[in-house]
Amino acid sequence: MSRASPEPMQVVKQRRDAALTALVDSVPYIRFLNISFDRRGDELTGVLNFEQKLIGNPFLPALHGGVTAAFLEVTAMMSLNWLHLWPKIESGELDPAEMAAGHLPRHPKTIDFTVDYLRSGLPRDAYARATVSRAGRRFASVRVEAWQDNKDRLLAQATGHFLMPQGTENGEEQAKGEVAAKPT
Amino acid sequence: MGEKLDLARQMMQMIPHAQELGLKLTEIGDGVAEITMPYDTKLIGDPKTGVIHGGAVSTLMDTCCGAAVMSHPLAPGGTATIDLRIEYMRSATPGQAITTKATCHHISRNVAFVRAVAMDDDTEQPVATATGAFSVEAGF
Repeated sequence: MSRASPEPMQVVKQRRDAALTALVDSVPYIRFLNISFDRRGDELTGVLNFEQKLIGNPFLPALHGGVTAAFLEVTAMMSLNWLHLWPKIESGELDPAEMAAGHLPRHPKTIDFTVDYLRSGLPRDAYARATVSRAGRRFASVRVEAWQDNKDRLLAQATGHFLMPQGTENGEEQAKGEVAAKPT
Repeated sequence: MGEKLDLARQMMQMIPHAQELGLKLTEIGDGVAEITMPYDTKLIGDPKTGVIHGGAVSTLMDTCCGAAVMSHPLAPGGTATIDLRIEYMRSATPGQAITTKATCHHISRNVAFVRAVAMDDDTEQPVATATGAFSVEAGF
């Protein structure tokens, strides 16, 4: 028996959940909108936990269109970052405890984001799942769908492009590159 | 003009999420609207730099575009977003308010087309631009 025995399930789950929690908790805006994430393996589902403060049309009432856009963008970005970091989390290169202490890799930056509003958002929880259509070294293209009661009756869908973090983990190379690219 | 601004401000105050973000309407009329969002740490998207999350900018853009549509002389009532595309040109400078100006440049019986620009203190280089299509509703 030369093969190493697999890690105990709770060790694997604990590591992945701790890493995800560290990523999500580091962003104040995600907490402000009260978005949480369900994880099944490497698949994430964003959950927009309904609150009265998310209302944009008090007469209907309906979720604010901006909240729907933000929820889609947060889910797209987090799903992309999660898949991007997954190998490093699994290999142990990224330590969840270090991540929780604030030592986080830079996250992708949104280049553009296009939202297609299909139905008005009801005053209740919404869910979203993203698909990374292409993950390049510099650019990524992500599709994302949101729904409320029925998965096949979408609330909105969106597609966006993201700039992947470049160079070293602390982003110094990226910062230098940005300065150099600006006309003086 | 002053009356219209007051009325529009009252409408904005009825939107819970606009209140949460502290959105302030500074100009409205003839299909043009301007709204400012003050800097707030709860809206941070990048904890390392303190830069505001793109989602908050989206909300500001969406609100401002909707206000521009409703302020158009040919708009009979409310509106809803059909499509909104946002381009993020640069990070907004931490600590500075973001101001969006939206123009409803075309309106038909059913659809209104809007363009918007978001800026911080550096008005030479926009933070983001947006283009959108909005529905034209008879009521609110």
